[in-house]
Amino acid sequence: MLRVETLRIAPLPSLTFEVAGGECLAVEGVSGSGKTRLLRAIADLDPVAGLIFLDGAERGEVPAPHWRGLVRYVAAEPGWWSDTPRATFAPDRVDTGKLERQLANVGLTPLHLDRDIALLSTGERSRLAFVRALQGEPNVLLLDEPTASLDPASTALVEEQIRFQLFAGRTVLLATHDAGLAQRLAHTRLMLPKPRETAIAAEAGTR
Amino acid sequence: MTYVPLTPLDLGLAALLLLLTGGLSLAFRLGLERTILISAVRMCVQLGVVALVLKLVFESGSMLATAAFALMMLLATAYEVVSRQERRFQGPVSHLMGGAAPFMAGLVASIFAVSAIIGAEPWWSPRYLLPILGMIVGNALAGVTLVLDTITSAASRERAAIEGRLALGATRMDALQDVLRRGLKTGLTPILSAMAVAGLVSLPGMMTGQILAGADPVDAMTYQVMIMFLIAGATGIAVVLAGLVAVALLTDDRHRLRLDRLAPVKPNKQQS
Repeated sequence: MLRVETLRIAPLPSLTFEVAGGECLAVEGVSGSGKTRLLRAIADLDPVAGLIFLDGAERGEVPAPHWRGLVRYVAAEPGWWSDTPRATFAPDRVDTGKLERQLANVGLTPLHLDRDIALLSTGERSRLAFVRALQGEPNVLLLDEPTASLDPASTALVEEQIRFQLFAGRTVLLATHDAGLAQRLAHTRLMLPKPRETAIAAEAGTR
Repeated sequence: MTYVPLTPLDLGLAALLLLLTGGLSLAFRLGLERTILISAVRMCVQLGVVALVLKLVFESGSMLATAAFALMMLLATAYEVVSRQERRFQGPVSHLMGGAAPFMAGLVASIFAVSAIIGAEPWWSPRYLLPILGMIVGNALAGVTLVLDTITSAASRERAAIEGRLALGATRMDALQDVLRRGLKTGLTPILSAMAVAGLVSLPGMMTGQILAGADPVDAMTYQVMIMFLIAGATGIAVVLAGLVAVALLTDDRHRLRLDRLAPVKPNKQQS
């Protein structure tokens, strides 16, 4: 259970909501409305006032690296810090058999792990980052535009994997422009107002 | 061999070569005449003042005067490191770190040199301490400038990679280790290449000075080697200090990357 209390992301009004395990909250809004900032704040990547609880523990009570092990943010443009993806996967902690299955589930093979990052397509990089974020079994996934760079076939695969994560009891927050994706996956949808609009409309809709 | 003092006339003769450069600037319309003139006059005034002040300090032999001169070096170092930075930290911490890292390392190395190696009495003897301190701090300063520049610009450029590591649960040291290592390497490069080519291309300045002043080349060499070792050691300390402080300042206790602590780049300074 992820609970956000009076989170202040200027210029938005303070946000309070909760998302249970196995549930998906879609964060929608135009560019610049604060979707990314909201997800980053929950992962404690930016200093933001407010309280965020995961199963009763506030983020400030948990060492930050541990918090981000549980609450995993996946950026829209993933970062790479070595020549091939493999080194960014913390090899000692990864179960290779499982990793291979996870790669196959999103249409990739272990060979992709050893390709030059620069030679991978944007969509391949995005899916690799998605699989990378699943390592260590986080409780909460904060997905920033997970399908923005994907073709319809890959989108369907990733969507299915997000659904699988929900079945496994994980909490998913999804920042997206894709209303269809939000409608198919989300139990609750949070519409951030346009910048400079004051009212915030939280539309509770079920699939 | 004896030491030949130079007269103002000798300096005037040397200045003829500078006039030649000014003439070239005119001929090729480089527009540098003013800059050449100002730089030359600035150099004469600065060195003249420093020489006179040093003379006073040496004659007085007072500890207070030595400390005051060293303090002036510290201030100049802080100013120099900060002004050479493209992306610097906001607030006074920038000057504090820029001045303290090279100066502290230089001070430790030169006091060590004057008291333990040269064995001068007293240990703060300005005649030995101040020139050695100046040489060491000057080199450490160059190293620190490079470290800070490399770390701040790499952290800004590689923000996605650093935050990607943080998001996967890395500590700030893990997330910035590549940036830190690259910064330290860059900071140590000048002194390492200076040692590697010392004497091949040009004689180091201090050795040249001692030889011109009539010292035996072998004696001059031993002094130069000592200074090089001291510079390498002090630069190493200064570079590591500055690198660790920079990493600490670029992050916070919640292991976040805090690029907001860097001052915005001035648009007119971006590319020159």
